[in-house]
Amino acid sequence: MKSNQQELESLVGRKYRHGFVTDIASDTVPPGLSEDVIRVISTKKGEPAFMLDWRLKAYRRWLKMTAPTWAHVHYPPIDFQGISYYSAPKQRTDGPKSLDEVDPKLLETYDKLGIPLHERARLAGVAVDAVFDSVSVATTFKERLAEAGVVFCSFSEAVQNHPALIERYLGTVVPVSDNFYATLNSAVFTDGSFVYVPKGVRCPMELSTYFRINASKTGQFERTLIIADEGSHVSYLEGCTAPMRDENQLHAAVVELIAQDDAQIKYSTVQNWYPGDENGVGGIYNFVTKRGDCRGRNSKISWTQVETGSAITWKYPSCILRGDGSVGEFYSVALANHYQQADTGTKMIHMGRNTRSTIVSKGISAGHGQNAYRGLVKILPGAEGARNYTQCDSLLMSETCGAHTFPYIEVRNPTAVVEHEASTSKISDDQLFYCLQRGIAAEDAVNMIVNGFCKQVFKELPMEFAVEAQNLLAVSLEGAVG
Amino acid sequence: MMILSVRDLRVRAGERLILDGVTLDVRAGEVCAIMGPNGSGKSTLTGVLAGRPGLEVISGTATYLGRDLLAMPAEERARQGLFLAFQYPVEIPGVNNVYLLKASLNALRKHRGEPELDAFEFLNLVRAKIRQMQMDESLLNRGVNEGFSGGEKKRNEILQMSLLEPTLALLDETDSGLDIDALKVVADGVNALRSPDRAIVMVTHYQRLLDYVVPDQVHVLAGGRIVRSGGRELALELERRGYDWLREGTAAA
Ligand SMILES: Nc1ncnc2c1ncn2[C@@H]1O[C@H](COP(=O)(O)OP(=O)(O)OP(=O)(O)O)[C@@H](O)[C@H]1O
Ligand SMILES: [Mg+2]
Repeated sequence: MKSNQQELESLVGRKYRHGFVTDIASDTVPPGLSEDVIRVISTKKGEPAFMLDWRLKAYRRWLKMTAPTWAHVHYPPIDFQGISYYSAPKQRTDGPKSLDEVDPKLLETYDKLGIPLHERARLAGVAVDAVFDSVSVATTFKERLAEAGVVFCSFSEAVQNHPALIERYLGTVVPVSDNFYATLNSAVFTDGSFVYVPKGVRCPMELSTYFRINASKTGQFERTLIIADEGSHVSYLEGCTAPMRDENQLHAAVVELIAQDDAQIKYSTVQNWYPGDENGVGGIYNFVTKRGDCRGRNSKISWTQVETGSAITWKYPSCILRGDGSVGEFYSVALANHYQQADTGTKMIHMGRNTRSTIVSKGISAGHGQNAYRGLVKILPGAEGARNYTQCDSLLMSETCGAHTFPYIEVRNPTAVVEHEASTSKISDDQLFYCLQRGIAAEDAVNMIVNGFCKQVFKELPMEFAVEAQNLLAVSLEGAVG
Repeated sequence: MMILSVRDLRVRAGERLILDGVTLDVRAGEVCAIMGPNGSGKSTLTGVLAGRPGLEVISGTATYLGRDLLAMPAEERARQGLFLAFQYPVEIPGVNNVYLLKASLNALRKHRGEPELDAFEFLNLVRAKIRQMQMDESLLNRGVNEGFSGGEKKRNEILQMSLLEPTLALLDETDSGLDIDALKVVADGVNALRSPDRAIVMVTHYQRLLDYVVPDQVHVLAGGRIVRSGGRELALELERRGYDWLREGTAAA
């Protein structure tokens, strides 16, 4: 009999189901980056002067920066002049006022992706902001949210309608100068989502943004800002897909979260950007800066991510635990199959007293995939009684893949308690045979075992998306049996 | 009716020849016990019949319900009603025990062209079986065998068996490591499965199990062959005399 290991390797072939292209006329700025291009973007969006200044400052700073090289990923230098920084589907009007004005081709695209935007087919209990290339094309349930006082709209709209909030909070968590890709994003970002939950409000539904890259030779640079005012609660989810193309496309996003006293933000990601083909050709470079600031006392920020897509993922959703008693969490599943490379993890910066953080990272490597966990736990002198628990598990599914862990721990307060556990395992022949002997097909058995490995993370996802994440993982590990 | 018929089976694992010409018949309605010293190839035999990877059949045949068993993939054998209770049940962390049970039962039902059970019907069925096995219901929602005690693992195997109602059950030392009460429970589970159209093969080291589940035949496997066959009295003789007298017998033969 063929060994289960060989069978396992043939099982982790991958079919990407969101690889289609929408044929739609677009307004695309020619490739290249300069102050002029930034002015064009700012003008197209009708931005106030403070935004243009902010962008230009970022751009001038970026010119003096160099791309980071410390991550465990390898790729040829990116030609930043070869990318178009703005691409939007042509609309009949300046911006659709209602869904009736949205191009049916766009609505069809989202239907196909399983994110219906029409009134009748909408996901119950989930409000969606749909971002297509550089712009938001629709946001659902806006009125119902407004009744609760919650602002949920595209970033561009927020700049128009809530400039004071933007000016006050933008760049306060991820400063313009933070890192190469964040600085680039600050200069050229085009759209994204904005959320403001006022004092004492529990957001009545899940909020979500669905990011879609469609045009070729473009980058997607989105910016998301979520502010949870005192005592408020919000749960937000983002999903991402892109067509299959031979070229690599850059996605460099910035996400900033702010939680005031007693506020809670739960931020979940199901990332399924096109990963490239089985030979490693094409795919998205996903270089993302995500950071949450637990600014207030007893605030809580929880990151949950399921990263199955992208050729390269470089991403460290982090928490600054500033408020006393604040809590940071990071739950992650990252899959690297074929020639995918993932370097992901988190930073937990403990500043306040009695701050707590939990890190659970599950890395799955298959094919020639390379998966690295990189995490920093930093306890500053003022963080009396801080606690961290880190658990870092790797699952290897082939002989040619790799799993790496880079934990960094800096403790500058003797009362802190920091725990770190790590494990590396394989799906054993015995586990697979056990399932087969119970009549379960090999493919189902692998999915079952992998899902079991990820269980701690999946249970953190909002109910509506836990099933989607499981299915996605199943698709990502799908292939012909035997 | 013949359920299983093994002829001159020779099997290698790695570089080593482990089964060196095993011949064995198991008829419908029979319980057959296989005994033999440690390392004699008992688990290799049950394993090769169930399709364990890493075992290489060099020659010989195994016919199950008239079909070439060795040509079937492992999951196909299971769906055709062949069940192996493992000597060392493996842990599958994070996979709900009850979820595996349901997936397994439904895979078998689907194969037989029966509708899948819905969650409600399934749970009723499992609850009844778990009471029979005198198991703690909380074990249903733990990871498969995850942190189970030795005895709990063995009972879990028999729970699966009684749910799947196999045509041929291979029990590999299911009695080892059980306390006296558990042994009775497991024996009851096996006896409940006994029927004129099924067969059971039990690998065991102890006469005790055979007091509860009375075998029709006892075979002794030593040095990769069946060196002696007999009725239940053979087990009693082995208990008294050990295996050495049989080994000498083979050497002489
Ligand atoms: N892959 C392998 N490579 C080499 N030897 C093996 C391999 N697998 C099994 N063996 C050997 O084959 C022999 C038979 O093993 P098996 O597990 O079938 O014995 P057993 O009769 O079930 O013993 P026990 O009563 O201890 O359970 C043992 O000596 C074992 O070490
Ligand atoms: Mg054995």
